[in-house]
Amino acid sequence: MRSWFFTETAYPYLPPEEEFDSIRVKLPNQIYDPVKGADLYHRYLDEWLHADDIGLDIMVNEHHQTATCMDPAAPIMLGILARETKKAQLLLLGNPIVNRRDPVRVAEEMAMVDNISRGRVVVGFVRGVPYEISAMNSNPVGMHERLWEAHDLILKAWTTHDGPFNWESEHFHYRQVNIWPRPYQQPHPPIWITALSASSVARTAEKNYVAATFLTGFDKTREIFEAYRKKRAEMQASFNNDRLAYAALIYTGETGEEGFAGARKLMWYITANKVPIQFNNPPGYASVEANVAMMKNAKGPYMFGDYSLETLIEQGIVFAGSPDTVYKQIKHFYDHVGGFGHLLIMGQAGFLEHDETVQGMNVFAKEVYPRLKELNISTETDA
Amino acid sequence: MTDLKLHEGRLKIGDLEQEVIHKGRGQTMLLLHGGGGPLQPGDMIDRLAERFEVIAPTHPGFGNTARLAHINSVDDLSYLYLDLLDQFDLRDVILVGFSIGGWTAVEMAVKNSHRLSRLMMVGAVGIKQGDRETRDFPDMFAIPPDELAALAFHDPAKAAIDFSTLSDEQLTAFARNRESLALYAWEPYLHNPKLKQRLHRIQIPTNVCCGASDGLVSPTYSEGYARLIAGATFDTIAEAGHAPQMEQPERFVDWVLSRAT
Repeated sequence: MRSWFFTETAYPYLPPEEEFDSIRVKLPNQIYDPVKGADLYHRYLDEWLHADDIGLDIMVNEHHQTATCMDPAAPIMLGILARETKKAQLLLLGNPIVNRRDPVRVAEEMAMVDNISRGRVVVGFVRGVPYEISAMNSNPVGMHERLWEAHDLILKAWTTHDGPFNWESEHFHYRQVNIWPRPYQQPHPPIWITALSASSVARTAEKNYVAATFLTGFDKTREIFEAYRKKRAEMQASFNNDRLAYAALIYTGETGEEGFAGARKLMWYITANKVPIQFNNPPGYASVEANVAMMKNAKGPYMFGDYSLETLIEQGIVFAGSPDTVYKQIKHFYDHVGGFGHLLIMGQAGFLEHDETVQGMNVFAKEVYPRLKELNISTETDA
Repeated sequence: MTDLKLHEGRLKIGDLEQEVIHKGRGQTMLLLHGGGGPLQPGDMIDRLAERFEVIAPTHPGFGNTARLAHINSVDDLSYLYLDLLDQFDLRDVILVGFSIGGWTAVEMAVKNSHRLSRLMMVGAVGIKQGDRETRDFPDMFAIPPDELAALAFHDPAKAAIDFSTLSDEQLTAFARNRESLALYAWEPYLHNPKLKQRLHRIQIPTNVCCGASDGLVSPTYSEGYARLIAGATFDTIAEAGHAPQMEQPERFVDWVLSRAT
């Protein structure tokens, strides 16, 4: 199993929660202090570099118009890391190709960073969380179609080497696509796509891309992973657990107490995400069926409510405690979902300080990671 | 009464099958509903049907009508309904459009009004009047539901929906309506940048109205729209918001009759 360290690069210095109704989309950037923000950027980069030093791989992501993430342009962050790191795989999960209007530019950015990193880039494509549509005026209806249309164009841009090609599809028009540079990795960097549901993972499985799930807990994750395996079986195609990834909030302490204390700080990721319904559930983002279920009071995705740390651990959304405890929690989850090849560690959030973050990374890398590596043999085709 | 050749009560235009209300005798009145969802059978329709042959189809994606991949804009809807007029050889049609249905009606009228005798616009959207930094309408996708209801209705309490009382079929229609409105309205937001420059092409009698309390499509906007169409009249309907046909059905029908007969 590979483990990937991730921070969402939050700006946590916010007014009291009662003073704003949404942390996303409309929180004025007057609240952001550039001096503090600049310090945070460099601190978060230091944490990623530390991950590289201690043998973890690296994940970055992108969000817009929010204090929960100061990275609205992940390719920029990835570029810095491509230069500053030496060994780590660099996963960008993901490029919001449904919302971005220029897929050829995405292809160029990824090719460029792939070259600077000398072939360590892993390219994620995401639909994005619902509140991202506002920043790019992206229609929440028809997102799945646009994702694959953009994907197809990016693939073609990466893999065409004999000069310009034409592209006139429903959403994208180009007459001279001819990207420079071409990717370092051949035929192109590995691709990951996030999966929120069993129905949406089928196409990812068809293409043998890695399907990445986020905080989906025991049963939902198993459902999604099983849908992936089932699709491969139907195709009579090969399958390896390195096609499956799971992200959780993870904090490993020397002791159980230390582990829980760190995890409580990581919970900022969940508790700070104050988003009103109009941004949480724009029309068309969730299927009609899902909307009907929500109107009948089911919970939507990312709606964790007022869960305690104990509940979040029970749900498989947080893994926390001493090294042995964390290993056992991950193994229990691993067994329940039928195994998976990539663990995405949300190891920093909110007010978890630099030294606490580094401590959590170190203990994990030293005491837990070696045991996890025994859980899964990766093939050469993995990422 | 026109033979609309309904298939199990559904209207077939090209490869699309639509729910439709078809009622009454007299001059043909084609009603194009707005983003809130299809018009419902009831007193308002019945009263119009006393005087007109009412045809009220459900747009693709709304209610129980399928969405077709190639019909994803108001422009597409305008061609769909021009096809309807041609397909059934309808003439002297009174075209009544509500909100985005009103936008559709205006698009039809600027393209080809040979089969139309009158255009009636109710809280219609479709043109840009403000400058580039001034939106003509609140961003309905960025407002919480209760605030949206306060803008859309004169008396939001009457329009409040208790989901727990709705069947799965009704909830499904509600979700489909929301989604289809986003499909048709998203960008450019509730307008066609070219439509304003084409309004001179409307040479048929035109009547514009809106609810006096419409906070989504303001009376100022509707009045401005009317002024851009030659000879258009403008009226407001008291104690009504964006759906006067729903909040004040009597006054709404009175307005139709006063202007169309």
